[in-house]
Amino acid sequence: MLTINNLSANVGETQILRDLSLTVKAGEVHAIMGPNGAGKSTLGNVLTGREGFEVTGGTVDFDGKDLLALDTEERAREGIFLAFQYPVEIPGVSNMEFLKAALDAKRAHQGLEEMSSVEFMKLARETCRQVRMDQSFLKRGVNEGFSGGEKKRNEILQMMLLQPRLCILDETDSGLDIDALQSVSDGVNTMRTPERGFIVVTHYQRLLDYIEPDFVHVLAQGRIVKSGTKELARELEAHGYGWLDSEVA
Amino acid sequence: MTDFQQQALQLAQQQTAPDWLQDLRAAGAERWSATPWPTRRTEHWKYTPLAPLQKTDFGGWGQAADAADIEWIDAEAPRLVFVNGRFAPALSSAELPAGVVRFADAGADQQAVIQQHLGQIVDSERHLFAALSNAWVEDGVLVHVPQGAQLASTVHIVHISTPEASATTASQRVLIVLEAQASASVVEHFASTEASQNGFVNSLTEVQVAADAEFRHSRVNLEQEDLIHVGGVHVNLGRSARMKGFTLAQGSRLKRIDYQVNHRGEGAELVLNGVYLPRNRQLVDYHTNIEHCVPHGTTSETFRGIIGDSARAVFNGRIHIHPDAQKTLAELSNKNLLTSGKAEVDTKPELEIYADDVRCAHGATVSRLDATALYYLQSRGISQAEAEVMLSFGFINELLREAPEASVQSYLRRRLGWLLGRPEPLARHLEGATS
Repeated sequence: MLTINNLSANVGETQILRDLSLTVKAGEVHAIMGPNGAGKSTLGNVLTGREGFEVTGGTVDFDGKDLLALDTEERAREGIFLAFQYPVEIPGVSNMEFLKAALDAKRAHQGLEEMSSVEFMKLARETCRQVRMDQSFLKRGVNEGFSGGEKKRNEILQMMLLQPRLCILDETDSGLDIDALQSVSDGVNTMRTPERGFIVVTHYQRLLDYIEPDFVHVLAQGRIVKSGTKELARELEAHGYGWLDSEVA
Repeated sequence: MTDFQQQALQLAQQQTAPDWLQDLRAAGAERWSATPWPTRRTEHWKYTPLAPLQKTDFGGWGQAADAADIEWIDAEAPRLVFVNGRFAPALSSAELPAGVVRFADAGADQQAVIQQHLGQIVDSERHLFAALSNAWVEDGVLVHVPQGAQLASTVHIVHISTPEASATTASQRVLIVLEAQASASVVEHFASTEASQNGFVNSLTEVQVAADAEFRHSRVNLEQEDLIHVGGVHVNLGRSARMKGFTLAQGSRLKRIDYQVNHRGEGAELVLNGVYLPRNRQLVDYHTNIEHCVPHGTTSETFRGIIGDSARAVFNGRIHIHPDAQKTLAELSNKNLLTSGKAEVDTKPELEIYADDVRCAHGATVSRLDATALYYLQSRGISQAEAEVMLSFGFINELLREAPEASVQSYLRRRLGWLLGRPEPLARHLEGATS
């Protein structure tokens, strides 16, 4: 589904990703771990085409399409979803309007009719229940005044509504209490299907107790330096990232 | 006198006003002639050159037209419609709520009310175009609500400009008098049927809100591109009177709107919210001046502007708290969103405080569309154009939501894409936007 080949990217003058390669097949969950500054968040930003993140080399194939040739919104409509580490507050635009605009855009892309407001409300409420988010959050401004946990639940809510092909979770576990972590993970786990792939970016092993990965990769200095199964995550938890310095060098 | 000043006096001579308005007209003409024409050095016109007015040769008054293709804010509500300054009976409601009458149809009692208040609420020594409005007063609308009464329905006063062969002028005058404990809601709707028309509209609304009366007012300026509009809303608030005001202006060649509200009685409450949306090469200038003359008054004033393309906006908000006005609560906020690198705003919030026991705050900001928020929306599949409209909408939604009439809110929401210079369908899901 996703084939990243020798991807290099800069932020400003600084090279962050160096010849990164990764293949994600449908149905797989890949965890990407690594120390701060390794380029974990950059990967999500590059895959979604964020301005300021400049690809300097390599290719990304997504379902047979050249992903890097698409705009941010086109990538989203094709089925790429990034759950933000720091979801953005947009006062004055209700969560409901935002969610409907996103779903309408995706459906239009698929050649489907816009969902009626009534139908959409029903779907949004049902999804709210699934991520254990109070329905009042639908009427509030997008992420406006939400707690850290509420913001992350809102990300998962969007993910469930949009039903993406590839979900990228960027440090979704950061700043979450156990209860929120549980609902977020439940949301992700119900979405695990043979047609859908996941890239779970995290600093800590804790999240992987809830979302069990098929593969674990260690990202350091902009490239994947080690890959393995979930056992690798346990090792990292036990030994930290200090050993990487000697290994990479 | 400038050419335009002289031309304006000649235009006044072409009018046929009733005898009982002649004194006011004469006084207006005198004041208009005696007032020096504003220049760049005139504080109140510093950022708004009147060149478009001077450069135009106004051949005469606007002519009546029976048809004007606009959508009403509320088709069911009673309305008085003027086209090019002329009353349009075919477009107006046959039945109006008691107390609403054109000057031309005013009975003796109503004439007395008009003579008592018209030109008395506005200070034409400080407002040049109020002097012009006095000199030009011919017809107008009186809304008079007696003590303890409620205006039976919200009244819409609609002023439409249509294209004419040459540049013409129109004068729009409204007087609203709420006696003690009365209440009323009035919507003033200015529109033009096409972007290209060289007209000049001078409009003036005076409002007397007596003790414990409640006034709700919406003034929507949707005249397009080439129209010149200079307007003013001048209000006296009596003891414990309440006013909730909302105004929105789309830009045009020159659009200048003054709000002057005087807290004359103790304990009055004013909420005044405004939105301005100039784009292309348009200009919108809002000058507001709130006078707290007596104690215990409250003012909450919020204006927000979205300025696009090479447009310019001017906001000058002054709150003046006199020495006697102890225990005043006043807040003034002005926020501006520039959606293009060439857009410009001159904002000046002013608090002048001469009393020592008051709570006041004021502030102004100028910002651009938030790149992170745009990216967030786009990362969900929303197009850049639509994301920009959504962020702009979010910026002013809080104020739209506070508009005193639900019909005004939904009318403006439906037009938001158009107002922001985007094709309408983009903002389709914002139409039914919930609060």
